[in-house]
Amino acid sequence: MLELRNVSKRVGVEKHLDDISLSFERGTLNVLLGPTLSGKTSLMRIMAGLDRPTRGSIHFDGVDVTGVSPQKRNVAMVFQQFINYPSMSVYENIASPMRIAGADKKSIDDAVHRAADLMKLTPYLDRTPLNLSGGQQQRTALARAIVKNAGLVLLDEPLANLDYKLREELRAELPRIFAESGAIFVYATTEPSEALLLGGNTATLSEGRVTQFGPTIDVYRRPNDLITARTFSDPPLNTLAMRKRGSAYVLEGRVEMPASGDLAAVADGEYTVGFQPHHLTLEPSVPHAVRMQAVVTSVEITGSESFVHLRFADADWIMLAPGVQKLEADEEISVFLDPSLVLVFDSVGRAIGRPQAMAA
Amino acid sequence: MARIDLDHIRHSYLANPERDEDYALKEVHHTFADGGAYALLGPSGCGKTSLLNIISGLVPPTRGRVLFDGTDVTDLPTENRNIAQVFQFPVIYDTMTVFDNLAFPLRNRGVDEADVKRRVNETLEIIDLANWAKKRAQGLTADQKQKISLGRGLVRQDVNAILFDEPLTVIDPHMKWVLRSQLKRLHKRFGYTMVYVTHDQTEALTFADSVVVMYEGQVVQIGTPAELFERPSHTFVGYFIGSPGMNVLPVKMQGAQAHLGPHVIELPGAPKAGSGARLELGVRPEYVRVGDVGMPIQLQAVEDIGRHRIVRGTLEGSDIAAIVPEHQELPSEPRVTFDPKGINIYADSWRQTLEA
Repeated sequence: MLELRNVSKRVGVEKHLDDISLSFERGTLNVLLGPTLSGKTSLMRIMAGLDRPTRGSIHFDGVDVTGVSPQKRNVAMVFQQFINYPSMSVYENIASPMRIAGADKKSIDDAVHRAADLMKLTPYLDRTPLNLSGGQQQRTALARAIVKNAGLVLLDEPLANLDYKLREELRAELPRIFAESGAIFVYATTEPSEALLLGGNTATLSEGRVTQFGPTIDVYRRPNDLITARTFSDPPLNTLAMRKRGSAYVLEGRVEMPASGDLAAVADGEYTVGFQPHHLTLEPSVPHAVRMQAVVTSVEITGSESFVHLRFADADWIMLAPGVQKLEADEEISVFLDPSLVLVFDSVGRAIGRPQAMAA
Repeated sequence: MARIDLDHIRHSYLANPERDEDYALKEVHHTFADGGAYALLGPSGCGKTSLLNIISGLVPPTRGRVLFDGTDVTDLPTENRNIAQVFQFPVIYDTMTVFDNLAFPLRNRGVDEADVKRRVNETLEIIDLANWAKKRAQGLTADQKQKISLGRGLVRQDVNAILFDEPLTVIDPHMKWVLRSQLKRLHKRFGYTMVYVTHDQTEALTFADSVVVMYEGQVVQIGTPAELFERPSHTFVGYFIGSPGMNVLPVKMQGAQAHLGPHVIELPGAPKAGSGARLELGVRPEYVRVGDVGMPIQLQAVEDIGRHRIVRGTLEGSDIAAIVPEHQELPSEPRVTFDPKGINIYADSWRQTLEA
């Protein structure tokens, strides 16, 4: 088990990491999700032993490893900017950690071919990295991390420079590969969809803090606060400032939404109501769906879906609608929302529980 | 803005290309209409960047001509083609202010200062950076810098075309939404000829009126997003566009019936393809219905990705994926049917017209 206890990192006056405590079990996949500069890379460098925390400690299977060098930690790392030995062949690049560990020729050969096959590098084993495309070079670095058989594998946006289809394939393969090895697998990404596809656990990061950590789908469905909900939404979360008055949330003259479950129990006052773009629909999805009149600002069509950009009161929203929706800019349309799917946040951004339908 | 004709373009990075496989671009013969928004989409190595570099003049083509509004520009260097380019990594003068960064291409061309001021201020409004005019570019975020790159293209109203090479790859997901819709509005308002290279299907499909899908140095399909989704002309297009890509299942045809193992699927007509062709049925995961009726599948995995689930299994020995809505129940022994409007038949990987 890898444990981070109250880890903080300051560089000059800047706080890069702020009191982070996390623990990762063996054989698990853990995603660090957050925008650029949220602290993902800083955190990984500390896990690897490349940097020391300003405060706090790191424990591996109960042993404090805070000052231990990366070479002594049994860590494999792959960064977005791939690193290979330029003068060695792809084969030798992949084989290098096993050579250092003194493995025999036969097991090296087997492991290299298995990893190369997985990463679709078999035709390039005799080339040097400089004669490969960026994607092939990154796959070489990934293959090397696989054969290293490390206890902790750190992947910092490893697929960011790859083709989207290749990413789709590797995303499906990588968790399987590393689950087999029993290693702790930590994967940093800026993309919510990537976290959801990888599954496992997710820690959401914002400005050097971990805002939530838990099973990926739970963090997505039940964010503790508005920052986590925003970090985990792509397309971006739709929000609206509303006033709770008795048994409803109201935006004067525009919409009145009945409150149920926990949402009915809180004190009257100002709240932020949030909901996912695919929960906004052109037809009511349930009989008690709330109708709103919004203005289309633009439409993006992918062929299978349409992203309809809308303006409602002071808010800019996106509706993710199935199929090709031929709507014109400036057109006023009715959109519907099932009130049991909304998230409600108080004035400091804390989620205030669940509506009735999702309380279970 | 200009119409761009690519007249029988072929390109090889070898000195003396002989065979077809020596060419990185096999042959591209295509017109980009004046004021059109085009995306070149394909995996790395498909030739899309080579093609963009041929349009911009960075790479002279081995064969063929490039014409802007009918004028041959094949032998002109980039700086004489009057085009604007936006690259993956924004090229910005860090020590200059945002205003001076935008003014640079105009001052370079000797535009008088009153005009510079007017045009830069207009452009700053368009790209939403008016409040940043006097700030140094150094402190800006990646997406703001990319807006400046874009603004430098827009500020010269006389450019023939704006060429984009993976402009959003380094931008955070949330800012991508903002920049993409801004770009879309700009195109609508000013009607620039835009060519956009990307490997990201969402970017290509949402940006372009017409998407050029490339594969191994060839154009395999040109179409609207809906055409590429519903009627992929090649199984590669079906695979590359859509997430997950189209399911491709080997079938035997008997008139207007497709035989998949013991199952028979009725089609509106029969394909024309002669005997001996490799026949496949393509159906996207969005058109595979999962329930209690239809063909039994062996369930492999169910991936919950939030707004829907991806059901993966095998059907008669082939992998199959289906998309199931967020709240739909899944039976323990799932069966599948195909929505007839989502079925396409392929012979040797190319889509067949079905004749009733």
